[in-house]
Amino acid sequence: MQLIACPWCGPREEVEFSYGGQAHVPYPDSPAELSDEQWAHYVFHRDNTRGRFAERWNHSAGCRRWFNAIRDTATYRFERVYRLDDPKSVTP
Amino acid sequence: MAELLRTHPLEAWTAAFERLPDTVRIAAEPYVAMVDVRLGTVGPGASTALGVDLPTAPNTWVPAGAGRAVWLGPDEWLLTSPTEAPEELEGRVRAAVVGLGGSATDVSAQRIGLRLAGARVRDVLARGCSIDLHPRVFGRGSSAQTTLGQAGVVLLALSDAGDDVAVLVRSSFAGYLADWLLDAALEFTTTPDR
Ligand SMILES: [Zn+2]
Repeated sequence: MQLIACPWCGPREEVEFSYGGQAHVPYPDSPAELSDEQWAHYVFHRDNTRGRFAERWNHSAGCRRWFNAIRDTATYRFERVYRLDDPKSVTP
Repeated sequence: MAELLRTHPLEAWTAAFERLPDTVRIAAEPYVAMVDVRLGTVGPGASTALGVDLPTAPNTWVPAGAGRAVWLGPDEWLLTSPTEAPEELEGRVRAAVVGLGGSATDVSAQRIGLRLAGARVRDVLARGCSIDLHPRVFGRGSSAQTTLGQAGVVLLALSDAGDDVAVLVRSSFAGYLADWLLDAALEFTTTPDR
């Protein structure tokens, strides 16, 4: 089992964390003006990247904080973690 | 009408704990008042009002009067007090942090404490806890929210020798964890000759 480095608690076992899907999905500026299709895109549609992917994770068995991580979806390797208020990490 | 008595969730385990050897002593800690504090910014104002410098380093705890202040997150702490009633502690802490935009919530009924002491404590905990508990990195003042035997716990290092640890566990998991600890301690228990 691999360790995931919580930005606050440090390296912990993977089972302490839960997955929160793609990171940096912006809430629509004017949700009321979206068509049903645009709203569905915001709610349901996510990238399905092969390779480095910016994701949200939660340290659910520890400090219970959300953070972001760059993970390679092909190898499951975590490249880096960063806090929610850090700028978006550059991904290819 | 039957009288409802307040009993400790681990009362039924007392005798089993007492049979443990000196290398792994387990005892239920007495009830203490506990308050969950949320506070965005910790400054001198908060320290003065609370009477304790809330620890800002992750995975640490500090004594707070007769109780403890445990880091739970970048804006969250657990304050305990063995001398105040839960509503007293909650009222005092709330009054101290509410003006700073913080909050205080009585969580005394959420967790109970177990005290593990003895030379084999680290071996017992290592049966079901993946974090490094070596005194080099988990000396007195260290804490960890993690899992022990798959139950969510808060571990507090009470000594620099790694032989004195407090385990805070949710009351409803206390019986399960007590059974798990007794099982993990079994190999250090000497069986009388038959
Ligand atoms: Zn954490």
